[in-house]
Amino acid sequence: MNVSARRLGSRILNDEIRRAEEDIIIEDCFGERYIGSCASSITITINGTPGNAMGAYLDGATIIVNGNVQDAVGDTMNDGKIIIHGNAGDALGYAMRGGKIYVKGDAGYRTGIHMKEYKDKRHVIVVGGSTGSFLGEYLAGGMIIVLGMESEACPVGDFTGTGMHGGLIFIRSSTPPANLPKQVTVSLADDLDMGSMNEYLMEYADTFGLSIDEILRKPFYRLAPNAKNPYKQLYTIY
Amino acid sequence: MREGMFRNPSGCAISGIFSKSGKRFSGRQIIESIAVMHERSNGLGGGFAAYGIYPEFKDHYAFHIFYDDIYAKRECEEFLEDHFDIVSFSQIPTRKLPEIKDTPLIWRYFLAPLPAKLADSQQDEGEYVIRCVFRINTGIKGAYVFSSGKNMGVFKAVGFPEDVGRFYRLEEYEGYCFTAHGRYPTNTPGWWGGAHPFALLDFSVVHNGEISSYDANRRTIEMYGYKCTLQTDTEVITYIIDYLHRKQGLDLKEICSVIAAPFWSVIATRPHKEREELEYLRCVFDTLLINGPFSIIVGFEGGMMALNDRLKLRSMVVGEKDDMVYVASEEAAIRVIQKDLDRVWSPKGGEGVIVTLEKGSA
Amino acid sequence: MAAFDIYPEYEIVRNNERCTNCRVCEKQCANGAHIFLTDKNRMAADDDKCVNCHRCVAMCPVRALKIVKTNHTFRENLYWTGKSIKEIKRQAESGGVLLSSMGNPETYPVYFDKILLNASQVTNPSIDPLREPMETKVYLGSKPDKVVRDEKGRIKIDLPLHIKLSMPVMLSAMSYGSISYNAHESLARAAAEAGIMYNTGEGGLHEDLYRYGKNTIVQVASGRFGVHSRYLSNGAAIEIKMGQGAKPGIGGHLPGSKIVGDISKTRMIPEGSDAISPAPHHDIYSIEDLSQLVYSLKEATGYTKPIIVKIAAVHNVAAIASGIARSGADIIAIDGFRGGTGAAPARIRDHVGIPIELALASVDKRLRDEGIRNRVSIVAGGGIRSSADVVKAIALGADCVYIGTAALIALGCHMCRSCHTGKCNWGIATQREDLVKRLNPDWGYKRLVNLLNAWKHEIMEMMGGMGINAIESLRGNRLMLRGVGLNEKELEILGIKHAGE
Repeated sequence: MNVSARRLGSRILNDEIRRAEEDIIIEDCFGERYIGSCASSITITINGTPGNAMGAYLDGATIIVNGNVQDAVGDTMNDGKIIIHGNAGDALGYAMRGGKIYVKGDAGYRTGIHMKEYKDKRHVIVVGGSTGSFLGEYLAGGMIIVLGMESEACPVGDFTGTGMHGGLIFIRSSTPPANLPKQVTVSLADDLDMGSMNEYLMEYADTFGLSIDEILRKPFYRLAPNAKNPYKQLYTIY
Repeated sequence: MREGMFRNPSGCAISGIFSKSGKRFSGRQIIESIAVMHERSNGLGGGFAAYGIYPEFKDHYAFHIFYDDIYAKRECEEFLEDHFDIVSFSQIPTRKLPEIKDTPLIWRYFLAPLPAKLADSQQDEGEYVIRCVFRINTGIKGAYVFSSGKNMGVFKAVGFPEDVGRFYRLEEYEGYCFTAHGRYPTNTPGWWGGAHPFALLDFSVVHNGEISSYDANRRTIEMYGYKCTLQTDTEVITYIIDYLHRKQGLDLKEICSVIAAPFWSVIATRPHKEREELEYLRCVFDTLLINGPFSIIVGFEGGMMALNDRLKLRSMVVGEKDDMVYVASEEAAIRVIQKDLDRVWSPKGGEGVIVTLEKGSA
Repeated sequence: MAAFDIYPEYEIVRNNERCTNCRVCEKQCANGAHIFLTDKNRMAADDDKCVNCHRCVAMCPVRALKIVKTNHTFRENLYWTGKSIKEIKRQAESGGVLLSSMGNPETYPVYFDKILLNASQVTNPSIDPLREPMETKVYLGSKPDKVVRDEKGRIKIDLPLHIKLSMPVMLSAMSYGSISYNAHESLARAAAEAGIMYNTGEGGLHEDLYRYGKNTIVQVASGRFGVHSRYLSNGAAIEIKMGQGAKPGIGGHLPGSKIVGDISKTRMIPEGSDAISPAPHHDIYSIEDLSQLVYSLKEATGYTKPIIVKIAAVHNVAAIASGIARSGADIIAIDGFRGGTGAAPARIRDHVGIPIELALASVDKRLRDEGIRNRVSIVAGGGIRSSADVVKAIALGADCVYIGTAALIALGCHMCRSCHTGKCNWGIATQREDLVKRLNPDWGYKRLVNLLNAWKHEIMEMMGGMGINAIESLRGNRLMLRGVGLNEKELEILGIKHAGE
């Protein structure tokens, strides 16, 4: 089913999506917001530039975007898949709990903040380009992989992993990230790590037509939290 | 209640279009762009700044003035006659729209400072004009100068920006640069003067965010003769930019290093000469650092600058196609007027994107 | 020794079931308040000698001791209080000026406690100081009026003289003589480790502390004790002491009995001679004379050290500050009426001077009104008790604060206000070797560093709550403050709105 976002406007467009029983293709998308929020079935394809909070609280559906996305994509996502053939804005996957987000290009600031695992729910964000500062701030679970396919330098910004207390961040780079906050330890990814990433990297390469060999050509660094609650010493009982 | 009697925290949408070759284009585009970001505003303020729109009067100051009533107009015109040579004046053409209510009188004057008066004042032209603007805005009840640059003008009102644009018949103007603002204030301003952009001489600022350093900034800038009558962030930001540029001779890149100064930890990693300069600027102009979230587009004669706060707490996207440069709070606002872009990116926090007219244009 | 007619103010209460007769209290009390009665085989106490310094309480291994305020009372009289009565009797007995120590303990409004801070919410985000950058670095000094460029168009980096601090707190002036060498060493080492400054006070700088010169502010007071060219060049800045919050308008007097050994050497006066600090500097009788002294010090140090002028907060403090800002000084330090002292007449301490909050607000406003605020940095002191006071002081307009009393409390002081007796049981306000030994600088400096670190984190929390991540954005940011229970005039002078507005 084909619809025009521009013609319908956000409210009606999202209503149509909620009631749709077959896959839906959205054309003329210019900033319409909240597309696919809570969607649990079907595949939504978007041609254009969806507005903020696309796929918020996503619950199992698949969203494919042929273009760039804006801010707050996949906010508190529970399950499902978001595939972006372009760049992502700020606050991607905030408090994400399950599902996958694959970005072909770059992601903005505050990617993957406060993502958490819960029981058997696990999730991953893979960014093909580089990310801005504050990647994985307050990370509590899940996995973030940054590939920096076109970058010479390390593809993350400042304050990466600040406040991290769970989960893992993997960065594909010839040099390790510098000036990491005290709560983060960095090491080279070992075979176990590479194994756990493998399924996602294969799927990612397949989705965007990349060669898995090209992806694995550079080393991967693993960022993990230093301790579960590193702030205990700071407080005095009063 | 007028703006200026209370602080009005607000959120917003901003957009800007610039032609590097100086080719003039219609105001229709900027209206289309800001309309896409409708949900970021709440209809309580909208406005535009346009550059290159008065080529036949390009050497004269174009004052745009709101009048509450005819008496304010008479008193103000007397003042203008005393201080300027009024080359031309008329009502700014508008279109009646049900969405735009409580319209004041809106007039436009093309002025040149009276040579004798200017010489007497012992000020440079810019300072002279600013002093006159302040005197009207604080001294003549019911009159408010909201635009005072050459070959540029601000058009603003209470309403959604796209409605404001249609109200002012912006599509009839042609300029090489347009910026736009849609406002989401938390108080109800009844008064048009408080809408954005804020302008002083040829600087115009549209701003998204609410800064936490407002009072520290205001109390510093007021020491240098500026009067923050509106209590808005945009007003104080515009004054800071004017002060640093006109009175301290800093260029825009240096101004970015003051108002969105890098963290000390980042300065420490820069090469020696750059580090010295950044430390100097940060130390000398420390209370002009703007803290808190902000995303601004500054228009000026011959150029435009987009800048985010150093933590990039607000969104900002820049797009380029041939000689056109687009800046907006959301990418969709750019795509709607230019679907195929050569390049699109988000500037980093604290790094200004500055575009100017290429040599020999406009 | 108090007249026998005056019942002691404090009583030593000993829990005899806990007391093991270990006699530690007897050894520890320099005032001789505890005595072991050999014939009765038990400890006894002489309440008349107790100054309520808590040394014995802290040292008793079984918590057998406590000091209580006596409930021996005069007939209730809100006007002729027991305090007034006792003071008259003391003076009738001795014929002397009532001498006391530390800061003003009387009931005057505490403006810090009537000011509330803001927090960001909804319209503007707060910032997490533990995970996001939060800058407390401060530069104190003058700022140039105009940016100057060289022939190539590059900015000329001619930053005027300044001192760099890691946080907006410095340790305030306490002279070697009024406090012990070990206390001074603790202050010096703490300043060095914390990245801030401490102040020598008017007693000169001990040779052994020269190595902390980078973190030392050397003071030049009216007595010019220990002032010579090496002293001046060794510090990071020079402070001219014009006044002190605890005793505005009067000088100081360290009796000859204390001028022994190293004190005499450091002050460069003969042993046994009194150390008198005259009330005014006798070469400064008018504001232009101050300018002359400022420049003489600049010349003496080859224009390499910023000059601080310290004044007490008095009625025309704003006008005085304006004059100082034009005199060539780089920093003005204002000391409010709660400031501490080793010894001062009680009447001066308790009735002269004004609160630092009001002084600071009016100085900051006056300098801005005159367009000269950027010529000097302002340091505020006089009763800064916590990091909340620091934040409020900065929001009122200070660049930095001085802490004195708080630092001594960190070192062990219990505010018994008997410093002038020279028998400080904690080894702080004394020169008796046996007592000074009790303050170990290895332990002392760590306590200060702990205090400073704790305050630094609290300051960052409060800044973050306000959505500010650089201390300069808090300076003079009065919109972040609201008053409660203040009248119109007080709000006007402080330049803040009332809570709810």
